[in-house]
Amino acid sequence: MAIGILGRKVGMTQIYDESGKVIPVTVIQAGPCHVLQLKTLERDGYEAVQLGYLDKPRRLASRSERGHVASKMDSKRARSRAAAGVEAPPKAGCEPKRFIRELRGSIEGYEVGQEVTVGVFENVKAVDVTATSKGRGYSGAMRRHNFKGQRASHGVKKVHRHVGGTGSSAFPSRTFKGLRMAGQYGNARCTIRNLQIAGVDVENQLLLVRGGVPGPNGGFVVVRETNKLG
Amino acid sequence: MSQQIIAKVEEKYLKAEKPEFEIGDTVDVHTRILEGDKERIQIFTGVVIARSGSGTREMFTVRRIVQGEGVERKFPLHSPRIAKIEVKRHGVVRRAKLYYLRDRVGKATRLKERRVKGEE
Repeated sequence: MAIGILGRKVGMTQIYDESGKVIPVTVIQAGPCHVLQLKTLERDGYEAVQLGYLDKPRRLASRSERGHVASKMDSKRARSRAAAGVEAPPKAGCEPKRFIRELRGSIEGYEVGQEVTVGVFENVKAVDVTATSKGRGYSGAMRRHNFKGQRASHGVKKVHRHVGGTGSSAFPSRTFKGLRMAGQYGNARCTIRNLQIAGVDVENQLLLVRGGVPGPNGGFVVVRETNKLG
Repeated sequence: MSQQIIAKVEEKYLKAEKPEFEIGDTVDVHTRILEGDKERIQIFTGVVIARSGSGTREMFTVRRIVQGEGVERKFPLHSPRIAKIEVKRHGVVRRAKLYYLRDRVGKATRLKERRVKGEE
């Protein structure tokens, strides 16, 4: 059974464990999510649970977004499909959702329309958190790859923060692909694996994980049980 | 909204009774120290020169002179390892951060005593 939930990063703080040690934690407001769709082997070729988090106002949702969750929405196609005797797939019957993601894994124990709360992590030790990292724009190699740059003196002119050499000479007389250089940094999907769970607060729908999580405060995150062994 | 949520998370880790002291006070900080499996209390005495942060992250800095050398320790206010904070003496101060004490030696590091009504 795939264990996971969608949520929002609230921010970081610190708490104390029994021995008085400080634990840095990220607070995630997780769920409640609705199961919108189940992907099955026969139909889709893989198994996954599609979750939706936060309601989207109806005036902002497109008709297809509404149709994705609404159990009864009249349309010409729906009428003709019904006339042909095709059974419509089950719908969640909730409001359209703002943030929709799939969790790959067994769909056992899930059904469409079911509500998923942060309680699913009660017996989980560690999680993987996926989010979009903070965008830093076009950044130099020093910031992006922690290069050292060049010397401040000894004849270095106007290239103190530049990359050094990028290749050899007549052989291979080209620069290898994938060489680390300046470029877009951040604003990319990023997963931090094996974050220990520091607390689950079912009442307030909060999840505390030890350590940092990618993205700004208020950013959407996907939290899954870790796939790291041991 | 997010600040309220964080405050809610921190609530149960805060000390029920927030230790009371002010900048410029001379305090005894009782810290629990684990030695092997034995616990003992160590006392650090000095002047509170700064306070920072809020919630569980609130810290305070205590400065004292040991063998002619200035020593500063920064403690988390709400840490369970801080057993007790005893105020020994109040000082007259006009700022929130007493970093100027770092540049002073000898007699110049003294603070005038502030008499508080209701005490003694």
